[in-house]
Amino acid sequence: MRTEIPVAMAFIAGMLMVVSLFVPHPFIAEPAAVMRGWAIIITAFAYVLGVANIARISLHTVRNRTTDWQYKAALVVALVAMAGVGIAGGINSGGLFDWAYLNMYVPMQATMFSLLAFFIASAAYRAFRARSVEATLLLVVAAVVMLGRVPVGEKLWPGLPAFTEWIMEVPNMAAKRGIMIGAALGAISTGLKMILGIERSYLGSD
Amino acid sequence: MEERGTERRSLLTRLSLIDRRILFLIIFACAAIPLLIGASLKMSVTAPVKGLYDAIDALEAGSCVWLAADYDPGSKPELSPMNYALVEHLFRKNIKVISASLWAPGPPLAQTVFDEMAPVHGKHYGVDYVNLGFKEGREAVMVSVAEDLRRTFPEDYAGTPLDSIPMLKGISSLKDIDMIICVSAGYPGIKEWIQQIATRYDTVIGGGVTAVSGPEMYPYIQSGQLVGLLSGMKGAAEYEQLVGRPGLGTAGMVAQSSVHVMVVIFIIFANIVYFLEKRRARR
Repeated sequence: MRTEIPVAMAFIAGMLMVVSLFVPHPFIAEPAAVMRGWAIIITAFAYVLGVANIARISLHTVRNRTTDWQYKAALVVALVAMAGVGIAGGINSGGLFDWAYLNMYVPMQATMFSLLAFFIASAAYRAFRARSVEATLLLVVAAVVMLGRVPVGEKLWPGLPAFTEWIMEVPNMAAKRGIMIGAALGAISTGLKMILGIERSYLGSD
Repeated sequence: MEERGTERRSLLTRLSLIDRRILFLIIFACAAIPLLIGASLKMSVTAPVKGLYDAIDALEAGSCVWLAADYDPGSKPELSPMNYALVEHLFRKNIKVISASLWAPGPPLAQTVFDEMAPVHGKHYGVDYVNLGFKEGREAVMVSVAEDLRRTFPEDYAGTPLDSIPMLKGISSLKDIDMIICVSAGYPGIKEWIQQIATRYDTVIGGGVTAVSGPEMYPYIQSGQLVGLLSGMKGAAEYEQLVGRPGLGTAGMVAQSSVHVMVVIFIIFANIVYFLEKRRARR
């Protein structure tokens, strides 16, 4: 029963969602809407689990003073402080939470992301070599697209933006479409296997 | 002769193993100097950007759009300029805007845009625009909003019940919305809006993505499921040019151009060194 009941639940939920796409009758649409509400609530619980898990791991590291415990301590302090400020004072515009978010979190995350430019430049210098025909092709196309996607490319050759768009709309799209169709077929196959109880890895193992 | 060869070889080796801090410094200079001197560059507008502009421009005054702020601060430099330019166009056309986010960090970023743009255009919260905030649930939220707005978002970002917001009277689901504009940095984002909503509810969808996600969206533009697309900061700059409001996108174009040119120079230079070393080794 430990397997049969979850498999039956997955079958009913999965089939209901599939059928609701084609049958708009309230007999199907209403339970499907209720189930979507459940899905939203269950997904929200992942946040609670996530916070609990990161707090548990971080506190364990701080308590045992293992490698980089100082960072974990900072994480716990920031987590508690932001949650406390948000719960006590609200998250609306002009509040303390909003101020901390806009003036601390936003610049810090933007800084982390902007570091990518430096790493890409370093990687391009060290690793982007024309070692084979394929690598040369990739290298040339990458350089053309990089120049064609910025205004200076247009100054170098007025036809470059149009040529870049052609690369995006023809070879790029052909490859993307192939990947997308393959991935969609894979997703349909996996979904059907889960609904029909053939694929049961989501139940875990014990 | 032998000595000169060794000297050149060591120079080539040194060049190929150049300290990455020097590369970082060059990139920093390329990005910072144009921003500091405030240089700007004119550019032509690409078809996907014009497509989005035309789709919004075709909406009548009083129409209502769903502006999904599905991004976080990491993508703010690329996506916020888009949000500003889009809101500028929407407000100018007197189109009502409902903003919501499927990314937890999204609502304050969207609110910042409204806080700056609304006074300039004389727009009022609850009358011309609303911010519904964040809702977890990804695709389930998209379909749920398409069926019943109030069941999914009973309150706005500030906790006001939707029934007390004048602008939302008569809007019960996405079926009452004229267009969805999604500014997204990844999953869940524009692709999921298309997959879940575009065909199923016959909704017009357009939006903007980070430059790295741009190529993935082209199949949807060709299929007509996406009316237009802003790709990266360049997309934002082109849209700013169309609405006649140079902003952060336009300001970043010279910096981005010089960094791109420098990366291409790095690639060419590193490959020249690589081939010279290879030739020498063969000898």
